This record gives sequence, C-alpha cells and structure tokens, in this order.
Amino acid sequence: MRYLPLTESDRAAMLADIGVKDVDALFRDVPAAARLAEALPLPRHQGELEVERAFTRMAGKNLSAGCAPFFMGAGVYRHHIPAAVDQLLLRGEFLTAYTPYQPEVSQGTLQALFEFQTQVAMVTGMEVANASMYDGATACAEAAIMACRVTKRRKVLLSGSLHPHYVETTETSLRFTEMEAEPLPPDPLGLEDLLGRLDGDTACVVVQNPGFFGGIRDLRPLAAICHELGALLVVMVAEPTSLGLFDSPGAMGADIVVAEGQSLGMGMNFGGPGLGLFATRDKFVRQMPGRLAGQTLDVDGKRGWVLTLSTREQHIRREKATSNICTNSGLCALAFSIHLTLLGGTGFTRLAELNHAKAVQLEQKLSQVKGLRVLPDSYYNEFAVHLGDEVKAAEVVDRLVDKGILAGVPASRFYPTWPELAPVLIVAATEMNTEDDMDRLVAALKETLS
Amino acid sequence: MSETTSFSGNKGLQIEEKLIFEMGNPGAVAVDLPEPGPVDLDRMGGVRKRADLALPDLSEPQVVRHYTRLSQKNYGIDTGFYPLGSCTMKHNPRLSEKVARLPGLADLHPFQPRQTVQGALEVIDQLAWWLKQLTGMPAVAMSPAAGAHGEWCGLMAIRAAHEDSGQGHRRRVLVPESAHGTNPATAAMCGYSVDPIPAKENGRVDLDALKAKLGPDVAALMLTNPNTCGLFESEIIEIAAAVHGAGAYFYCDGANFNAIVGRVKVADLGIDAMHINLHKTFSTPHGGGGPGAGPTVLSAALAPFAPVPYVVSGPDGLELVEGRREGTKPFGRVKGFHGQFGVFVRALAYILSMGADGLRQASSDAVLNANYLQARLGDVLTPSFDGPCMHEALFDDRFLKDTGVTTLDFAKALIDEGYHPMTMYFPLVVHGALLMEPTETESKEALDQFIAVVRGLAEKAKAGAAEDFKAAPRHTPRRRLDETLAARTPILRWKA
Repeated sequence: MRYLPLTESDRAAMLADIGVKDVDALFRDVPAAARLAEALPLPRHQGELEVERAFTRMAGKNLSAGCAPFFMGAGVYRHHIPAAVDQLLLRGEFLTAYTPYQPEVSQGTLQALFEFQTQVAMVTGMEVANASMYDGATACAEAAIMACRVTKRRKVLLSGSLHPHYVETTETSLRFTEMEAEPLPPDPLGLEDLLGRLDGDTACVVVQNPGFFGGIRDLRPLAAICHELGALLVVMVAEPTSLGLFDSPGAMGADIVVAEGQSLGMGMNFGGPGLGLFATRDKFVRQMPGRLAGQTLDVDGKRGWVLTLSTREQHIRREKATSNICTNSGLCALAFSIHLTLLGGTGFTRLAELNHAKAVQLEQKLSQVKGLRVLPDSYYNEFAVHLGDEVKAAEVVDRLVDKGILAGVPASRFYPTWPELAPVLIVAATEMNTEDDMDRLVAALKETLS
Repeated sequence: MSETTSFSGNKGLQIEEKLIFEMGNPGAVAVDLPEPGPVDLDRMGGVRKRADLALPDLSEPQVVRHYTRLSQKNYGIDTGFYPLGSCTMKHNPRLSEKVARLPGLADLHPFQPRQTVQGALEVIDQLAWWLKQLTGMPAVAMSPAAGAHGEWCGLMAIRAAHEDSGQGHRRRVLVPESAHGTNPATAAMCGYSVDPIPAKENGRVDLDALKAKLGPDVAALMLTNPNTCGLFESEIIEIAAAVHGAGAYFYCDGANFNAIVGRVKVADLGIDAMHINLHKTFSTPHGGGGPGAGPTVLSAALAPFAPVPYVVSGPDGLELVEGRREGTKPFGRVKGFHGQFGVFVRALAYILSMGADGLRQASSDAVLNANYLQARLGDVLTPSFDGPCMHEALFDDRFLKDTGVTTLDFAKALIDEGYHPMTMYFPLVVHGALLMEPTETESKEALDQFIAVVRGLAEKAKAGAAEDFKAAPRHTPRRRLDETLAARTPILRWKA
C-alpha cells in the first residue's frame, strides 16, 4: 500500500524490539468483545488509476459551472482565481503544516496570517481581525455571541437581509443558551423596520450588506441608533469583493464585521470549505473568538510572529473560553490573502467595478424580458428578480437547466412557506460572465416565460 | 562582520522577507483585468467608496517570490517527521489534491438544482456510508467543519434529545481532567456546566468515581477514546453502561480514531455520538490550521435530531434534505451550505485508496510505530504509564529532573535537529508531558533516526548541558520568540 512505508520485515523486527508476538498484542486493552479479528468486509485498497477513475465518473455526473452560462450567487460566488494562488497553496510547507504552535518553525504561516489579518481589517474598515473562522455562517453566529458578551445583553436581532443559512446557523448557536435570536421576515424590498425592534435588551443588530436579495444600504443611521441604545451593529458581508466599491462597514459605523471569504482565492467547491472573516474594534479584541497572530521579537531582537492573546481560547480557558473553536480555515485564509495581494489596491477596486458593471449590464438585458422586475434599486453584482405573479422560479430554473443554463437561485429554496417569494430568483453576474452568456439567459427566459 | 552575519541579513537559503505592506509600488499589477467602463452611480445606493484602500500593488513575480519565501520558513509533513501528539500528522496523498480539483467537483455551486449535482451528492453519500460502516453507527451528520464543531454538533443532538423527552433539566456534563480544552468549551456552548472526573493511576477513567458523579442532572459523558494519554479506555463498555443506566448519553471525542479504524467498531463500545476528524484519520491536509471537517456519527436514539442538511436517496436519485421532514427533529443547522465538501472529496479518495484492508493496516502500523518509539525510548525518557500504548506514546519530564532542562527546552532542541517537536504540556494530567504520535506513514528508518536523536539529546541533558538547551533553537529563521511581549503589547496588524 503506497502510503504505508513499513515492510513485513520491518514489522517483525519492531515487534521483536517491543517484545510482543504480534500487533494484536498491542491492542490487548481493547475489550475482547469489541475486537475485530480481521478487516471489515468492505472494498479493498485500490491504485491511483482506479480511484481517479471513480472520481472522474462522479465528476462526470455533475454539470460544472464552467460548462454553462452561470448566474448563481446567494452566498457563493464564481470568480476567476489567478493561477498563482493554487500553485502557491500546493507548496507542501503551507499545505502540510499544522497550526503554528511552534513559532520558530512556522514563521511563514504566522507572517501570512498577520498579513491576512491586516488585509481583512483594511477592507472591512476595522481595527483588528482574527486569523479566520470556519465560514461566514459560523462567523456570524460567533459575532452575535460576542455582542451578547460585550453588552451583557441577550437579544440578537437578525435582519431579513441576512442569508437564511446565516440566520439558521445563528439561531442554532443561540439555542439552549440564555441568548435569544429574533429573526425578521425575508426582506426582498429593503422595507423592514429594524429601528422599531430595538430596545434596551438588544445586544446587537445583524444586517447583511449587500443584502441577500442584493440591496445596498447606507448603514450610518442604523449604526447611530444602535450606539445610542447601547447595542452593537454587526455587519455581514457575503461577497467580500464588494468591499472594493462601497464604503466599508467600518466606515459606516459597524462594531463587528463578519464575512464569507470564499469569493477570493477559493473555488465554489459545492459550498465548502469556506472562510469566515471576523473583524472588530480594538477595544473588543479580548472578547473575540478565534486565533490571532501577533508581532513580537525573538531573543536576537529580530521581528517575528506568534499566536497571541490565547488566554481567550479553549486550550487555556476551557469552559470559560470565548469559543470552542480550535482549527480555523488556515489554508483558505492564505488563498484569500494571496488573491488579494495579487489584486492589490488597484486590482481590488477594478475587480469590484467590473462586477458591478456586469450586473448593470445584466439588468439592462433582463429588462427586455416581459413581466420581469428587478427588485432592489441598488446592488453590487447580484439582485433578486420577480418573474411574474404566477411564475415559480424553481420551475424556471429547472427548465433552463434543460437548456444548459444555470440561471440563478430561487428564493423558494430557502423560504418554501412564503408563496409571495415563489416567483423570486436571485441572479449574480461577475467578471466571469460574457455578453453571450447574458444573451443566452435572456433568450431562454423569454422563451420559458412566454 | 562576524561569521554569523551577512550584509543582507540572509543566511543562505534563509531569506529575510518583508511584509507585503512594506513592498510594492502603486500602479503595479499582478492581475490584468479588462477596463470596467464608467461606474453607474444610479445603482450604488449612495455609498460608493470614498477613500482608496491602502493595499499594496505588486506584480506576479514579486507575489510568487514573497509567498515562496514565506513557505520556506515553515515546517510541514512534507519536510520531515512531525510527531505532534493528538494531531495525527500523517502523509497527505497528492491524489486527493488532484481529484479535488476536477472541475466536475470543484466548480460546482451549492445551490445548483439536484439533477446537476448527482455526482457531488454521491461523494457525500459514499463518504457517509464508509463512516457508518467503519464505526458501525446508523447515522452521521456530515456538516460539522472541524473536530470542535463536531463535538458541538454531538452535544446539541444530546441536548435536543433530552429536551424532547422531558429531560431538559439535565445540565451537567462529565469531562475527564485529561480532556482536550475543546470538550469543556463545547459543553459550555450548549448551556451545560462541566464537572471534571479524575483518572486512575493507570491513566484511565476511574469508573467508581464516574459512577459517584452520575445522577439525574447529568446529560452526558464526554470521553476521548483512545484517550489523550494514548491509552484505550479498557472499561469503556462498563462506562457506557453506567452512563446509559443514569439516563445520560455517551459522547466520544474521536480525535484519536486513527488508532482503531478497522480494529474496533465504536458502536460496539456503547457510544451515542462521536466526531471524526477527517483531517487527522483520513489524511486531508492540515493547511497550517484548517480547513478540517468533523462529521459526527450518531446512535439511533440521536439520529432524528441530526442537523440539516443531509443526503437521502429518493425516487429521482439523491437529494439534499434542508428542512424538517416527517419523523425527524433536526436541532438546526451548524454552518452554511452542505459541509466541507472539498475535504470530503479528499477523505473519500484516501479511503478508496486504502480500502478496508489498508485502513486496518494503517491503524495497526500507527500503533506499532508508537509502541516502537515507546520501547526504544523507554529507558532514557520516562514513560508515564506501563503497558502498550495506542497510536501515541506519552512521556513525562521525570527524566529531566535536576538537569535544568525543561520539556520546552527539549522540544526546541529537537527543532535544531530538523524535527518538529512532539506535543508538549498536554495532557495536563502528566507533568511536563511529551506526547509523540508518529503515525503509520513513517518508515522504520525515519523512526530509528529520530530515536537516535532523542536518545542523544536525553543523554546530553543528563550530562548537564542546560545552557545549550536554553539557547535552542539556533538554526531557525527566528529563534525563541517573546510571547509575553506579544500578549502585553498586542500588535495584531501592520500599520503605516
């Protein structure tokens, strides 16, 4: 077996050194009733060729995004990833390293994390960012929990602009605790009254910008009210490339910014792994969950990096820790950071402008489809459209699959009990979409909806 | 200029590297993007960015060189032996990386209609099948993103089950003192209080002490098996019976599953829930700290409470269940989308490569390698417990008594010898712990070299060379770093 270096003669020599007859003797502490005498009756080992074939067969059953005009978003976005990103990620010293507990042999990972933290703080407009969380949804839940810890209050108001998976994950995380999630109904038109729901019990308001249905909002008035009432404003960013174009959440008054980082550096990978970004104000840093890389000096006085402020964490604080998180998304954070470094300030802004321009172009083209309405009046690279009162968006999506088009994400997938959302389709356009893609989508929609 | 310094600050292949923020010049590009045209302000909601971001501009060659140099300051499994106890740092097969990059698996959106992702659902379903077969458990929640996340999933299922059966008053969770810190932290996140249980002299749970702690307010026992001392809990079946007898559930931390895959079905031990670290046992890369995956197997009693989503077989092929279905009571959703799919692909590639025979051989070799280390080092180091260990060997610092050398010094000296240190000072129940997990992917030759080095260092320490140890490491890009300074004056980002 190609991953196992020991030979039979090695094993025999080692057993002799240990002083036991066979390997079974080493398992003598396992209760006899639970010992398996031989390998389970399951498929046996296979060569690379056979395994590769099995995966090629499974991959062949899928319609990959590159093989279809593709307009899906709703929390996972398809962007062009520069070739250098993946080539660098595959360097074994990054790929096969553990969490950098031994800083002298982990300066590469630690410096990269320090750069990542700086980049995240810069693009979100915050003072400090951690070394990442599992994904946007779990980062959102952790932000809500942190807000309760900071404010010593228990109520978490979840905007209807928030991705339903973030809502569900946050609700689940608060279940069985003293904290309480208060989700607002889905808000495709940006009409919800958040201010009216705030009170002295509110630890935080969590909003998503751009919203799940695409809308952009100026968060300054909301931030002002939150702060007046002693609540924190948590802003979720599902599409971080948007930060190249709009005022940052930090500039608009956010106290905690969380984001899904998948857009930069990572493919879609059927939705996982993701990358949770987590940024806040300096004054809250000791209430933050997750790992932090920090700058220091070595015994020779040279600048270097270590994991720091770990007295917040489970391996020191155990049941009093700020979170149980241990592993984060190190390699995804590196991918994000490399991609952002390749883009630079100039490229990041240009990529965002390009995405917005593509969405504007898509809106213009879609206006040719009779009965179709774009719902938000402002957006980044994604917006919800209403296909007509009697139309079911999910059925339209299926019919467009038959034409080889991945048209978007029907809102009914998340809100099956909301009939008024059945005609709503969420469509995204990125730098990946050509004009030809858009023309094919429009033609197919015209045909299907007529 | 002395022998040890250079004009550049570099030392041969060790090249000093600035932060990206200290490099670059405005206008340089590493990504050529088309001209976007004028920005349409009508659709911007009045919040167009006013200030430029201070991100540096660099060209591709500069960026590639930067990250290549950073990588050279890291130690990975590809570099050498990584005996980091409890972390299972085994070889990461490159086939797994290759298949994970097939466009038909990597370039898929999680919300594509199911007729377009049958192959992806098959990957999840096949991996779930293997995990159930290997553990003998009837159900598995696939979506947890890491070990600690899987612990949380398991305990949430337990809490939901108790609430459902009118047992919501059970709020105490028993956790051995030797447990990993995530265990008590997880219990606290589910609204539980944590009650530690002591170990016996042989490193196992004290069954009588456990029984004395059980009561009508106990929700669960969280026990790592094999435990964090690298020992199999030999009374585990009696432990499970006692826990169940008291109306509580038995959560097993499966971090050390690599020791027993194919040799023990955890269902036969009476376990109700256990997470499996795919990034340990099934060899997906650790990536400098994630991403991992922590699917959690569940007993029949807990299965109805499994979180969404999960894959089922329907009349039109495989489908994802994302909401509540008849007969189930999911406790919620633990993360976005459908789990760590990219990690699933790699883990399944490893499992298909190894097969049932290879997985059993792997756990056998992992245990053999650890016992070989214990046997060959037992006379110069001080093993904490008698008898065979499982996949990791635990030593304490008695062998360093009166040498002036600490476990930390010893570990840092190993770095100068070209090794990643073992886990230090964990588990907490042993003084100055040194926990070595060689894994099955090390050759006898590699182990023999390591043994010779450790023996040499142990003898050197005993001979009175404390100053040498205190000065280690000497040959790394940075020497010992001041962690107190880092924590007292936190600098967590670059500033202009």
